[in-house]
Amino acid sequence: MPGYSDPGFDTLALHAGAAPDPATGARAVPIHLTTSFVFESSDHAAALFNLERAGHVYSRISNPTNAVFEQRMAALEGGIGAISVASGQAALHLSIATLMGAGSHIVASTALYGGSQNLLHYTLRRFGIETTFVKPGDIDGWKAAVRPNTKLFFGETVGNPGLDVLDIPTVSQIAHEAKVPLLVDSTLTTPYLIKPFEHGADLVYHSATKFLSGHGTVIGGVVVDAGSFDWDASGKYPELTEAYDGFHGMTFSEESTVGAFLLRARREGLRDFGACLSPHSAWLILQGLETLPLRMERHMGNTEKVVAFLASHPLVSRVGHPLLESHPSHALANKLLRHGAKGAGSVFSFDIQGSREQGKAFIETLKIFSHLANVGDCRSLVIHPASTTHFRMSDEALAGAGIGPGTIRLSIGLEDPDDLIDDLKRALKAAEKAGNQ
Amino acid sequence: MELQVNGAKTYCYTGGKPFDAAKPTVVFIHGVLNDHSVWILQSRYLANHGFNVLAVDLPGHCKSQGEAPATVEEAADFIGALLDAAGVQKAALIGHSWGSLIAMEAAARLKDRITHTVLVGTAFPMKVSPALIDASLNAPEKALAMVNVFSRSTLAAPPSALGPGTWVYGAGMALGRRVLRSNPAVNVFHRGFVACDRYTGGEAAMAALTSPVLFLLGGQDQMTHPKAAQGLIQAAKAAGQKLQVVTLPVGHHQMTETPDATLFAIRDFLRA
Repeated sequence: MPGYSDPGFDTLALHAGAAPDPATGARAVPIHLTTSFVFESSDHAAALFNLERAGHVYSRISNPTNAVFEQRMAALEGGIGAISVASGQAALHLSIATLMGAGSHIVASTALYGGSQNLLHYTLRRFGIETTFVKPGDIDGWKAAVRPNTKLFFGETVGNPGLDVLDIPTVSQIAHEAKVPLLVDSTLTTPYLIKPFEHGADLVYHSATKFLSGHGTVIGGVVVDAGSFDWDASGKYPELTEAYDGFHGMTFSEESTVGAFLLRARREGLRDFGACLSPHSAWLILQGLETLPLRMERHMGNTEKVVAFLASHPLVSRVGHPLLESHPSHALANKLLRHGAKGAGSVFSFDIQGSREQGKAFIETLKIFSHLANVGDCRSLVIHPASTTHFRMSDEALAGAGIGPGTIRLSIGLEDPDDLIDDLKRALKAAEKAGNQ
Repeated sequence: MELQVNGAKTYCYTGGKPFDAAKPTVVFIHGVLNDHSVWILQSRYLANHGFNVLAVDLPGHCKSQGEAPATVEEAADFIGALLDAAGVQKAALIGHSWGSLIAMEAAARLKDRITHTVLVGTAFPMKVSPALIDASLNAPEKALAMVNVFSRSTLAAPPSALGPGTWVYGAGMALGRRVLRSNPAVNVFHRGFVACDRYTGGEAAMAALTSPVLFLLGGQDQMTHPKAAQGLIQAAKAAGQKLQVVTLPVGHHQMTETPDATLFAIRDFLRA
């Protein structure tokens, strides 16, 4: 493609990382369902293992279909490369395990997906990694939480499910002053709504299960490196800046001035932890990525209408979307996100005035919204976080994450918006009746 | 490894192998706003296949201290000093873009000490548009984006320096930013472009070479179009140089857009 100018987002979503298959002429990305790849010779094999030549060896480490997905995500995020993994949780674990071991410390936002909160609060503690949680908007809190052994700052672009927008420019600055990188979970916004690297983040990961794939058909994850963080200058990451006996005595920051993290994450993390993505799953995610810009526009348009409906309904006491001026992140969302506050995404929560029984009646009356534990599907979804995704959290921790006992979380899909509003209208009526019984 | 060259700490990547002066030595010289890491695949392979590799960070770039060279001639003298500091009597020189001019000029000055000269993505004169020179000084991020667009020929590069999943356009941007940031005293982007633009010694240097020379060009290169190397190729022919020209179907970053073909061309030339 000689002569192309800097391609735009929609073009990259379709073309980055892929060209017609040179062997068959296939235009769509082929699915390379193979565990391994034949060596041309013994020398080729040795050179691949020793990183003297680039290529595929074994699909736990890399695969051509996955590589297209990885290049495409790196292109869309503005990064240097990416690693696809089995799930969003695997992406978070790979990021952390690459950067630290026992005795390390993380500063994380309180407004996290419940699974991430579990990993940090419970599981990683068992492995000697502690986390201090800070409300995403508590700037002094981020500063105060830093310890000598802090290795990572971590937050979500828009916190799940309160949609607290992370002040990435400010938080990343604090992280960099502490000589640590900022890792951001951008699952709910996707690179279409915000590119965290442009605001100072160093690493981004996604649960590709959600909007990237977009059709509720596949579990996957991906971590992208901006190549911006200077591991050598920080001096806090011997994993990346000192010779590693576990991989040919390689010093990753010498091998690549900007890509040390990705080198170690793939060569150690995928090799040893093994949370690789199936090429079939990578292909399904690629199918979704190709229409990401179109779908995100529709998600946002539908969400705007549903938010307006709910905000004016007498049985609704609160709608937690930055579109509303009352939302604490309204101004920040306008500043950081594509299309302003509208770009805070299509996953948000609201509170029904009334009892738990009324909340139950609401959910069980919905016909178009599906009651399940996922977000970012093309179909509209609903869940009660306190009893499902965040059920392990104490009331205090729930409050810290902006979740009440009666909070309902919606994920707005691509249906006709009038049908979604009708569905909600009927369910709210049922909730009202349940309160009168 | 680190060497003291002209009194300044100088970093050379040795391909993951200890430096061994007994082996034939290959010096890799990067271009403007790059560093040793653009050569990782080629240098690591050669280091593991019988060569002694010094992939240098030029002075004032990334891990190397010292004053960033302002002219091709200054940089060429640095290469001579580097060989002296490493205790290397003879070496092959491989340069990319600006580095190709440095390799050629150094080979001309060092004469019999140079066994092979490889010019990757070269041109002479290597004129840089005034707009780009100005942008490199006053709007480096914009200039970096321009250079990356001009340098790349594909949105689907094969597995590259970081392995599969590398987005070479983004990697080029990130490396450029890092190199620029590494020298707070001098804008090495601007200085390097000016050095390319002002270099006038190409044909004389080519005539003075005593080593065989390989031109490794990108057929879709918009930074140093293959046509812009023809003058040097003609000069080499006129001087009776032992000459080889390989044109690969890629852009200006041969090392990442077609790493294997670039490696093989270099390897076979060095072995011949």
